[in-house]
Amino acid sequence: MSLWKIAWRSIQQRAFSSALTAFSMALGVALVVAVLVIYGVIDQSFRRSAQGYDLIVGAKGSALELVLSTVYHLGRPAETIPYTVCDRLNKESKYTPVVDIAVPVCLGDNYKGFRVIGTTTAMFDRLKWFDGDKLKNYEWDEGGNFAADEPFQAVVGAVVARKAGLNVGKSFPPQHGIAAERGKEHSEFQVVGVLKPTGTATDRAIYVNIEGFYQLHAEPKKEVTAILVSLSTDDPAVQKGLPTIISRDPNLNVQAVNPTDQVTRLLEGIVGNLQRILLILAVLIVIVAGIGVMVSIYNSMSDRRHEIAIIRALGAKRRTVMAIVLLESILLALGGGAIGLALGHGLTGAMSGVIEEQTGVAVSALQFQLSELILVPGLILLASAVGFMPAVVAYRTDVAQSLIASP
Amino acid sequence: MLKHNLLPMLELFDVKKSFDQPDGTELHILDIPEFEVGAGEQVVLVGRSGCGKTTLLHVIAGISRPTSGRVKIDGWDVTLMEEAEVDQFRAERIGYVFQTFNLLPSFTAFENVLLGMTFGRVKVEKDRARHLLRRVGLEHRLTHKPPMLSVGEQQRVAVARALANRPQLILADEPTANVDMGNQQQVIDLIRETCREENVALILVTHAPEVAEQFERVEYLEKINRAWASR
Repeated sequence: MSLWKIAWRSIQQRAFSSALTAFSMALGVALVVAVLVIYGVIDQSFRRSAQGYDLIVGAKGSALELVLSTVYHLGRPAETIPYTVCDRLNKESKYTPVVDIAVPVCLGDNYKGFRVIGTTTAMFDRLKWFDGDKLKNYEWDEGGNFAADEPFQAVVGAVVARKAGLNVGKSFPPQHGIAAERGKEHSEFQVVGVLKPTGTATDRAIYVNIEGFYQLHAEPKKEVTAILVSLSTDDPAVQKGLPTIISRDPNLNVQAVNPTDQVTRLLEGIVGNLQRILLILAVLIVIVAGIGVMVSIYNSMSDRRHEIAIIRALGAKRRTVMAIVLLESILLALGGGAIGLALGHGLTGAMSGVIEEQTGVAVSALQFQLSELILVPGLILLASAVGFMPAVVAYRTDVAQSLIASP
Repeated sequence: MLKHNLLPMLELFDVKKSFDQPDGTELHILDIPEFEVGAGEQVVLVGRSGCGKTTLLHVIAGISRPTSGRVKIDGWDVTLMEEAEVDQFRAERIGYVFQTFNLLPSFTAFENVLLGMTFGRVKVEKDRARHLLRRVGLEHRLTHKPPMLSVGEQQRVAVARALANRPQLILADEPTANVDMGNQQQVIDLIRETCREENVALILVTHAPEVAEQFERVEYLEKINRAWASR
């Protein structure tokens, strides 16, 4: 009979207290898992959304705000810049050797809370999106891209199609402002395409022909909120140097930022610190649960001296009974950990709707993070540490005395 | 002292065991100059309460170390062995039947028997465990846990467990003390018959004359233990 089975039988004998101990461990592990999964998904999604183009050009000011509003549709749109900047980036010989395409983006309207973005056909014909592994062309679930000469055509992201019921052929009137229930309604745009899900902020946006966008607002001069720039070169010197050149160009009077740099700063700074604090708290809970395992096993030792003595009398060595107690601790921790893993992912799955609603990030209960693998050696280490003291009690059990004592 | 021409299975030479008392004096429990049991021999040790019966079995099994003297089993001097070696030796060569059965309550009857062969280097033989439980008449109780068994059945499981590791020597410490009169003889017969079948030497401790009189060789601990005589 294996020592695992002997340890398991011992757990079964104290089923209720073992279950409570494992459950407290499960709660701690569930929290760790939830923090890891949610942060991992947010991190992945943020980084994914920030790729597919190399630079964002916008009005001077906060680079982070520019990235957040342009890429993630978070916060208020930055100040506008002239449309001519986009033309210059696409046509001036100073930039054309390295700029593949510059795509204008206009913000300011919404439909049922989803941002309405004015842009050109190049947004989906020339730019790509990052699936976490490689850059891919946009694909259509239904219909296709809007036509350059049809100002009131629109395409929608997968989440918008599902939640706002905007399928091909449907029309909708954008409202002025970036949040739902605000501003006056404009003329209607017709949906001609629904994008396949990308797991990026694109899923939660409506893209309309920029010409229609300008006609709605009847602005005297053409302005854009930002310009997405895709470079034709991977040369790191260009990637690093071009934002400075654009930002210092007196003819443009704009700033150019690398979205990936900004997202990395955001994730490793504010979001990363928050995650670390949450993770430390969750790990502390696991450690407290581990101490619970120790208390539970330690308290049971006085009742179990007789049993240990019987096992020793049957020929088990001191180190064997010590191993049995350690295995018991490991089984409780791993059992609790497995329940916690299921709970954590269940919790993530249950929260997926809220997360997607708030951030546009699609989270699934079955999304596992590589960092969760650390839980297995971590729990074994913790269980070995907390099981050590009761194991020493088992090791020191006086067989002759304990056999004589009543069971 | 061997009365037959048997090879010695157990030999005690000048074995003494004493315990320190709170007042600083020593309590002498055992002082046995010489004692032998032959291979396959069945010996009953008779003695009153407190005369050192259980201590003697513990010393023979290596559960307690003698204060001095030598204990040899099948020629192996267990008093010279390290504790872990004695444990291994016990796991592979000695079977123990306790007065209070000492079955583990969370294990089934079958698993309790398997435990008897778990801690040695030999392979765990599930078929042998089944065979032994069949031999003691409990083939229908394999999956039952001790609390579901009668007292007599529990002691029969304990006998099967003691034989599980194919021991050369079985030590039975008042195996009928907690068994009702109706089951007493059955348990004694079972232990003796199975030991005979497997050619295992048996030392059975009792204070019951009706049990002792069934054995060819009866030893009185009061006589062989000088520590008792001097008290």
